[in-house]
Amino acid sequence: MKLKKSTINNLISYGIVIAAFIICQSMVSAGIMSRSLRGQLVPICVYIVMAVSLNLTVGISGELSLGHAGFMSVGAFSGIVAVAWLESLIPADAQTTSLLANDTVRLLLGMVVGGVFAGIAGVIVGVPVLRLRGDYLAIVTLAFGEIIRNVINCLYVSVDSGRVYIALDNLDMLGEIVVNGPAGTRGVSRISTFAVGFALVLFTLFVVLNLINSRSGRAIMACRDSRIAAESVGINVTKYRMMAFVTSAVLAGMAGTLFGLNLSSSVTASKFDFNTSILVLVFVVLGGIGNIWGSIIAAALLTVLPELLREFNDYRMLVYAIVLILVMLMTNTPAARAFFARILPRRRGNDGKGGEAA
Amino acid sequence: MTQQRRSTTKMVPVPSHSIVPERDVDKMPVLEARHLGIDFGGLKAVEDFNLTIGKTEIAGLIGPNGAGKTTVFNLLTKVYQPTSGTVLVNGKDTAGMNTVQANKLGVARTFQNIRLFGNMSVEDNVRIGLHNQVPYGMFSGIFRLPRYWKQEKQQHRRALELLSIFDMQDMASAKAGSLPYGAQRRLEIVRALATNPSLLLLDEPAAGMNPHETEELMDSIIKIRDQFQIAVMLIEHDMRLVMGICEGICVLNYGRIIAKGTAEEIQNDPTVIEAYLGRRKEDVQ
Repeated sequence: MKLKKSTINNLISYGIVIAAFIICQSMVSAGIMSRSLRGQLVPICVYIVMAVSLNLTVGISGELSLGHAGFMSVGAFSGIVAVAWLESLIPADAQTTSLLANDTVRLLLGMVVGGVFAGIAGVIVGVPVLRLRGDYLAIVTLAFGEIIRNVINCLYVSVDSGRVYIALDNLDMLGEIVVNGPAGTRGVSRISTFAVGFALVLFTLFVVLNLINSRSGRAIMACRDSRIAAESVGINVTKYRMMAFVTSAVLAGMAGTLFGLNLSSSVTASKFDFNTSILVLVFVVLGGIGNIWGSIIAAALLTVLPELLREFNDYRMLVYAIVLILVMLMTNTPAARAFFARILPRRRGNDGKGGEAA
Repeated sequence: MTQQRRSTTKMVPVPSHSIVPERDVDKMPVLEARHLGIDFGGLKAVEDFNLTIGKTEIAGLIGPNGAGKTTVFNLLTKVYQPTSGTVLVNGKDTAGMNTVQANKLGVARTFQNIRLFGNMSVEDNVRIGLHNQVPYGMFSGIFRLPRYWKQEKQQHRRALELLSIFDMQDMASAKAGSLPYGAQRRLEIVRALATNPSLLLLDEPAAGMNPHETEELMDSIIKIRDQFQIAVMLIEHDMRLVMGICEGICVLNYGRIIAKGTAEEIQNDPTVIEAYLGRRKEDVQ
């Protein structure tokens, strides 16, 4: 039996995620979980996927991207349109709970469409943006995030018997309007489920962890560590930066579709603004840049925390801020680090990077 | 193992008079630089640089600090585009190429200030060197297709094989950044070798090594040349190393070649002595 240590670590990761899913699912069916927390299950999955995918750009590829929500919104809107369009082919079903209900099939297909469109947006944004480095790259991704939001804000899309119409005004749109400019989506059914969200989390982990432990992933990290050295051994730096950026965009798009189809109210473009990008970046930074596990935990905790603190309504944001500051201090002061190093069994510096096989 | 190495120390190659040794004369030279030059905003860093390196030659590039030696390496590896002249690698003109394409043509290098991927393991560093030698696509990697397992195994085998040149296979899983200085330099050479070059450029390979390590490095360079049948060009300040293994030596000062020849010729060349030590007082008068 000669499994690599990185492979074993990955298997453990999947195992823990699956265990967490089973616990949550049984808590839901046993009725222990509160209503508000139950409503948070899909958003948790969405933000985990967002955080892990952003970590691919920020931590593994080393580009600070501030426009991640832009790809999420591209995924959300294209996914919603795809689901509305598919309604004529795969009708919505009445009250079934089986795993492969029509709704689930439409959701999955919608996620694929959302991922593809977000990936295309990733390529379009990536070509100019990846010529830049450091702070400049961050600023330009921020701008692109806002541009995407504003473009979607004035987009009208309607679906009429299997045809999709796209316009910049809604004066004479045929058929049923799905995206109504600044007013957001209209008549979208809520079809996201925790099971699909969980599957997306697993898929994201699978893609990101396997990518890191492959030739392409090593090339991506090589470009991050030393661009000149990577070029000197024949690695096409632009190609691999692009690969990380687009993969990250595709995953964000899929998460976006899941998010968009989880809301009973309409989805507006303003939901995916700069604050959302920063929120996801906070998950990544808190979890540790480049640390996939940290992203998962930070995303889950920080999504649940505001809900748990709802009882202290007035002090909610105050406590949230204090928790953020405390975690930052804890993870960044040498004294606290030394303390954790003593009580915890030697923390591996590069989670998921593996390669420390003895 | 070490004993075997000792014996090769004596095997210093026959010095050749021209920069292309006679034994390689019938073969196409690996590198031909013709009237190579670059200027940075009026400052001529390298000017009229002419050099030919034979197929299995070990050449040295020496000169005082700031003479433009590393700039020459950067020109040969296409980090800089020359403002004049041409570089031919294995007979192919490299005009308009970038570093990646130059590497694919067969030019590999190490760096004066070590540029390893410090957070990755020693083996992963070599595997990155094998990037274009044992390739597979992104999808094979993500979905773990049979090609992934086959090529990963091949990469692992090749990486250990290459590391064994310097007896480093035991530290394959150590973090590259935690290695001692000398070992990091050797790892850089291994990583460059992994790209299957025909010309290996070493920028101060013995810097920071003790005399014993330098001695071993000299053996290793000769061993690498013999085993891989490649040409080696090195920048070095350690004259014992340069004079010991280089068949042809090229001296650079203020961006110009001031002397070319064998170790003996260089040692007795008055212009070289002047460049390094300056002129005698009575000579000036």
